[in-house]
Amino acid sequence: MNSIKNGTAILLALVVSFLVMSCKGGGGGDTIKVGALFAVTGPASFLGSPEKKTAEMFVEELNANGGLLGKQITLMVKDTGGDPAKAVALAKQLINEEKVFAIIGPSTSGESLQVKDLCNDAKVILLSCAAAEKIVNPVARYVFNTPQKDSHAVARIFGVMKDMGISRVGVISANTGFGKAGKEQLETIAPKSGIQILISEVYDKDATDLTGVLTKVKAKNVQAIVNWSIEPIQAIVAKNIKQIGITVPLFQSHGFGNVKYAAAAGEAGEGIIFPGGRLLVAETLPDGHPQKELLMNYKRNYESRYKEDVSTFGGHAYDALLIFKTAVEKAGTLDSEKVAQAMEGITGLVGTAGVYNYSADNHNGLSPDAFEILTVKGGRFGLYTRK
Amino acid sequence: MQYLLSGITTGSIYAIVAIGFNIIYNTTGIINFAQGEFLMLGGMISISLCSVMPLPLAIALAVAVTAAVGYCIELLFVRWIHNPTVLRMVVMTIGISILIREIALHVWDEKVRSLPYFTGNEVTSVSILGARISPQILWVLGTCALIVVLLNLFYGRTLLGKAMRACSANRMAASLCGINAGRMVTVSFMLSAAIGALAGCVISPMTQTQYDCGTSLAIKGFTAAIFGGLGSSSGAVIAGLLIGVIEAVSISVLPLAYKDAVTLTLLLLILVVRPSGLFGSREAGALKEF
Amino acid sequence: MKRFVAIGALAAAVIALHLLFAAAGAEYLLVQLTMAAYYALVVIGLCLLMGYAGQISLGHAAFFALGGYTAAVLSTNSFTQLMGAPALERLVHWGLVTAGTDAYGAAAHQVPVWLSLPLAVAAAAAVALVIGIPVLKLKGHYLAMATLGFGTILYRIFLGTRLFGEADGISSVRPCALLPGLTIGGDTALRTQNYYFAWALVLLAMVLSLNIVSSRAGRALRSIHGSEEAAAAMGVNTARYKLYVFILSAVFAAVGGFFMTHFNGGIGPAEAGIMKSVRYVAIVAVGGMANLWGSLLIGVLLNFLSLRGIFGSYDDAVFGALLVFIMALAPDGILRREFLHRIMRVRIRWPFSK
Repeated sequence: MNSIKNGTAILLALVVSFLVMSCKGGGGGDTIKVGALFAVTGPASFLGSPEKKTAEMFVEELNANGGLLGKQITLMVKDTGGDPAKAVALAKQLINEEKVFAIIGPSTSGESLQVKDLCNDAKVILLSCAAAEKIVNPVARYVFNTPQKDSHAVARIFGVMKDMGISRVGVISANTGFGKAGKEQLETIAPKSGIQILISEVYDKDATDLTGVLTKVKAKNVQAIVNWSIEPIQAIVAKNIKQIGITVPLFQSHGFGNVKYAAAAGEAGEGIIFPGGRLLVAETLPDGHPQKELLMNYKRNYESRYKEDVSTFGGHAYDALLIFKTAVEKAGTLDSEKVAQAMEGITGLVGTAGVYNYSADNHNGLSPDAFEILTVKGGRFGLYTRK
Repeated sequence: MQYLLSGITTGSIYAIVAIGFNIIYNTTGIINFAQGEFLMLGGMISISLCSVMPLPLAIALAVAVTAAVGYCIELLFVRWIHNPTVLRMVVMTIGISILIREIALHVWDEKVRSLPYFTGNEVTSVSILGARISPQILWVLGTCALIVVLLNLFYGRTLLGKAMRACSANRMAASLCGINAGRMVTVSFMLSAAIGALAGCVISPMTQTQYDCGTSLAIKGFTAAIFGGLGSSSGAVIAGLLIGVIEAVSISVLPLAYKDAVTLTLLLLILVVRPSGLFGSREAGALKEF
Repeated sequence: MKRFVAIGALAAAVIALHLLFAAAGAEYLLVQLTMAAYYALVVIGLCLLMGYAGQISLGHAAFFALGGYTAAVLSTNSFTQLMGAPALERLVHWGLVTAGTDAYGAAAHQVPVWLSLPLAVAAAAAVALVIGIPVLKLKGHYLAMATLGFGTILYRIFLGTRLFGEADGISSVRPCALLPGLTIGGDTALRTQNYYFAWALVLLAMVLSLNIVSSRAGRALRSIHGSEEAAAAMGVNTARYKLYVFILSAVFAAVGGFFMTHFNGGIGPAEAGIMKSVRYVAIVAVGGMANLWGSLLIGVLLNFLSLRGIFGSYDDAVFGALLVFIMALAPDGILRREFLHRIMRVRIRWPFSK
């Protein structure tokens, strides 16, 4: 039949698409190419969207101030849609084809783990915006990440619990990379901190109601509930807890670091205790605090430019670019080996998430005091103080 | 008891979504996979309007606007297709749903929003037989019941409703009797969009609304509609509640992570025994094929 | 006879593309073409199932993921942890497992491909058999629901089980050596051989499918699509044919997933998600249902462009728009004479005129 025609059509279509693509190539010149893999659309868009906006703002400002090593930076943002396979395909594209010098992102830990080996083998510096411990442990020479560590968040939470005399807790976490990583840390650190986890449940991040699982937790007679997720569902957790009459305190993770979540939880959000970066309480920091100026700057610029509240997630992209910039300036050259070395030598660098001290066996660089213990008061975030 | 109530909570959400599926199915034999997007639109529009006008008015307007969207979809994509096979319409409505979702992403943004609670606020709850439940659930259940009653009256008592049922039974014969079958399809699209929007508003305080919340709601609603037996509104409500309760019971004995797997396995088993759903007629299941 | 000419043309196109890219210094394009080829395997299988046997499946991504996860579990330290030391020692002794370490020095045993591939295929076939027998009795929307449900079940299992890495999926999957000189992996040096291997698989699947379509079995299948009752009355064992095709398409998908995982070095649960299944179904519909060539073309083209990130944040929007317009304008797919004619004549029929 017309199958021969079809065969030719396949050939033609592919040739055409190839030609279209080769047209947009070229360029190059004397710029530094930096790739970015963000989940701008899809289920993790609440991470990718502020990250993309922040990265674009940062690079624009940097270029306006003369760029890096006298060169302009070309930022190539690719939208992964939160799909690991697509992240791999796009990472290969950035590495082999665009020959980028470094990659910022991906947004989620699943994607980051999939491209970790890829970037390391290609000697392309990867600055992940996802928190999972496995991204930097085992250490890969060229792979770093910027968010605060889950283990630090857990340690701070357990610290507060000890002060409050809490030892029996229930854990619920979302079925995402973030929830999984947090759950693992909670379960590892709890025995060392004298905390007993009586029940640990995983829920769907798209769930519409969690009263069922909370009832199960309530029946265990826990003294506190820890919820570990990064999605908007955190507000539903807070509401359901109050609705079924649970009175024990609710601890959330640093994934709660978006004031919209507190607003969505409304009155049910009051009194939630969670570890968070200082970006969320920048105004209330004392004037002499080392992070204050940087935080206020970022907050002002971002909020006036995009007309929306800053979130810690955008801050991760800010820190990634800041660290990259510092390392390149320190190395004074565009050699990935030297820049990676310079990055490992970064100490005392003030970022949005905290103060970074990288070393050869520590590719995360933050310490537990990058977190403040925060709480919700009147729909706003504030520092937690023991009553 | 608390598990039962929790099951009813989730179940009532599934049920209210499932009703919308049935309306379009009843007149056209199509499953409209963009039904979830109607809910999202209803929620989103009412939230946007809520800041400038009182809540009831915002909801009414959102329902009207979404009905208009339903009308446009019918006008632009459905009306002029001559021989709509089921598969073609499935793919088409999936396309429409993706389109609406992406447009919503660019009109609003990726952030999550919600309507205020109709009664009380986030922490209020009423006590029923020693278990506690948010008053919003009562709103959802009430709306569900109201819709089912009104729909039954509409289909059973009014001329328009009877005409729509006639189209569903046999489009050709209905046309021969002087019923404008095309208009019936239009009406059903508007009606299901309106009901979807209303559902979207009622559940928004609890579930929150985000540009992509339609898909997962649609899948749950579709499940409930199928297991209730396509075409039966009361079947859909019962099936929705049943699924919610099965989920809740599964949570109480097994890890939550496998909730969907357990529930669906059970439902697939039911489907094998009763291939046309719990309350569906055998003919209805066999009638529309791919 | 003509179908062999077409296969030859496809083979020639594959080689021509490589030469073209090589000449233009754009060999990196082969990466996404290789991935698109693996996705195309799913599409070919699904096209057989939907277009010829007339059975929809909204759960086919699960088979792809099943193949992929089998590959991943059997070649990373998930397997080491799963089996425990004594069992592993025995397996190594029997030559069924090779010991090794992953990139970071942790112990990771690998099952050789001559064993893991059949295991993946067997797993997919077994699942398809168990699911297929009851589910293929259903019709229409009920079948759609059942396959959707089955896909969701597998998705939840991948997402909720520690062995499968939960939400992170499995990464650091090592390349697998298929033959001397042929290794499936993501390394740049392996790019060309992987490209040819993937497309050889596609060619093989096409030859197999075209043969089935124009054989006795194919005629039986089309009679099922036309009217199952009539086919049954004519003595066609409809249940058995439907089941065969379902299993075959599951195996195609699993093979695609298996090699894709080695090529990418990992797999995540998103691969089993409903949106992926919907995408495959839509591609087959846009390609023209009972049109293997059309489905192949659309599948490769769309996945290739999407993997290249051409549409940026509008990826899904473009996909949705394409579905709507092709279904509205060319319901039998775009590679049909009627549609091409219509395009030639550019006669726009406005929706308002009846």
